[in-house]
Amino acid sequence: MINLHIGDAVEVAIDWLTQNLAPLFSGIKAVLLWVINGFAWIFTVIPWYVMVLLLGIAAWRLSSRGVAIFTVVGLVLIEMMGLWTATMQTLALIFTATLIALLIGVPLGIWMSRNDTLNRIIRPVLDFMQTMPAFVYLIPAVYFFDLGEVPGAVATIIFAMPPAVRLTNLGIRQVPEDVVEASKSFGSTSRQLLYKVQIPLAMPTIMAGLNQTIMLSLSMVVISAMIGAKGLGITVLKGITQLKVGEGFEGGLAVVILAMILDRITQGLGENNKLKKRD
Amino acid sequence: MIKVEVKNLYKVFGPNPQKILPLVKGGSSKDEMLKTGHTVGVNDVSFAVEEGETFVIMGLSGSGKSTLVRCINRLIEPTAGDVLIDGTNIVGCSSETLLEIRRHKVAMVFQHFALLPHRNVESNVAYGLEIQGVSPETRLKKAHESLELVGLKGYEASMPSQLSGGMKQRVGLARALATDPDILLMDEAFSALDPLIRKEMQDELLSLQRKMHKTIIFITHDLDEALKIGDRIAIMKDGAIVQTGGPEEILTNPANDYVRDFVQDVNRVKVVTASTIMEKADPIVTAKDGVKVAVRRMKQASISSIFVVDREHRLKGIITIDDAIGLMQEKTHDLDRIIIRDVSTVSPDTSLEELLPLVINSRFPIVVVDSESVVLGIIMKVSVLAGVLGEEEQDD
Repeated sequence: MINLHIGDAVEVAIDWLTQNLAPLFSGIKAVLLWVINGFAWIFTVIPWYVMVLLLGIAAWRLSSRGVAIFTVVGLVLIEMMGLWTATMQTLALIFTATLIALLIGVPLGIWMSRNDTLNRIIRPVLDFMQTMPAFVYLIPAVYFFDLGEVPGAVATIIFAMPPAVRLTNLGIRQVPEDVVEASKSFGSTSRQLLYKVQIPLAMPTIMAGLNQTIMLSLSMVVISAMIGAKGLGITVLKGITQLKVGEGFEGGLAVVILAMILDRITQGLGENNKLKKRD
Repeated sequence: MIKVEVKNLYKVFGPNPQKILPLVKGGSSKDEMLKTGHTVGVNDVSFAVEEGETFVIMGLSGSGKSTLVRCINRLIEPTAGDVLIDGTNIVGCSSETLLEIRRHKVAMVFQHFALLPHRNVESNVAYGLEIQGVSPETRLKKAHESLELVGLKGYEASMPSQLSGGMKQRVGLARALATDPDILLMDEAFSALDPLIRKEMQDELLSLQRKMHKTIIFITHDLDEALKIGDRIAIMKDGAIVQTGGPEEILTNPANDYVRDFVQDVNRVKVVTASTIMEKADPIVTAKDGVKVAVRRMKQASISSIFVVDREHRLKGIITIDDAIGLMQEKTHDLDRIIIRDVSTVSPDTSLEELLPLVINSRFPIVVVDSESVVLGIIMKVSVLAGVLGEEEQDD
């Protein structure tokens, strides 16, 4: 039997990258840090009750009254548990990760939908990103970006991006062939076809991708905390490591509340799109 | 003027169509093609459509008719051959030229309507103008005109999902008309509709066409529809055209067994016209011939009545042998006294359907006359029956 040490090769590659692409990584780090801190600053500078009100209104407009009530009650509970700042830090991290995942994922999904070769190449890569245990790339991420929010964000982006790519690709491929033909038959350019027909019709599916991306980001909160990302993850981690079960539970509960609020609101986005279609 | 001309068009589907093309041209069988992993969609098709003509391409599913029509606006790229629209060959033309032709010259109506589900009716109809960059006011104005033309005024703000099939296809038609194209490609446009709605849409198309004089290429698998709508019909089988001709020509003179099988179930009474089944009006008398000549001719031909015409061969009426013999016994020769003027006449393009009641209710044969009432021929009860039954029976 031949022993094949892929691991050795990966180590060499990581070393090489750390040594030679340091300026690139510090650039990425600076940008990410700026965005995350920017969001965190906005979310914490707004008084908590204003923020609760804003999110409540957003939930009402985008989803339903029930979701709005849940949002307000849940957020007030978080504030009363003394976890407001941690929650806002987590929200900033998720916001950043989701934004970047979409900025990369949606165009990539569109490109894949129009290019079968690319589709075949990217799909296993997405499988890899989704199923490779996060700890495995958390360590290189620390090599590249040091401890803190940034490697957490990068790991979150890697883990949370695949659904955005997959569902964008799927949504565009599901647009009925005859509608695409009709659009072409009137002389649409491929850009017009994309913006006037394919993306609008794929929107509910793309929104489902957004929802999945946010949910997956939230599931990385605690893991990110292990490499120093601020937020609710720290609370949970402290609870676990110091055996403070109650504190850990509070942190966990805050994550759940945040997840439910974001899930319902983004689901509302997708359904609104479908409703408009049916009108 | 020829508007659309298709010359030696081929479409081969498969991994390497160009390599296979010589085989197709050499007349390889379907099975041989399948072995190579290719299928022939369109096989050496040529035809020309005149401006203002409605040209129907008819065939069963899989005959390649939808592929053929998509080659005309290059939604499907032909493997070989030429498609000339107003003399411009769109096969191999630049993408700018193609866009130009799709935007201004050719519009298409689809079997399953293919409306944009996220846009309301007026925005669907205005789509073609929108992508041309026409200003919103102008395109909405044109969309409204177009909707009015198809009888959908008042539905501008409806969403496609709220409309019935017939209304959806009206929107499809309005959308195609909104860009004011010269050529309409209609791919099984009415096939997905209920029979009654389909008939209504066919009538609507015919009446629109009388006003608009578009060049229409209409695809259908329904022979009755083809016969009703088409000025000329091309019948397709296995990617090739087996016969092209006017509706009656196809019916009465099928090129081969395939077409004959096709047309045998057709409702002939709607398509076969008086001019096809009429016989020569012979014998016949002119007014000046006199009663003796009339009686002799009737006896010679063993008939009991004879038509009377004037010098210009215009119909005067009919006389019966009994009246003529009575007249001879009275020793007068003035035919005018016994001419029965109440004779049923029809124009040559009267269909059998309209002829049937006339024939049943008339004592005498029906006379086919032109607009000057010149006698072109006569129709007996028996010829109507033969016409209904079709050509084989006529030969017997």
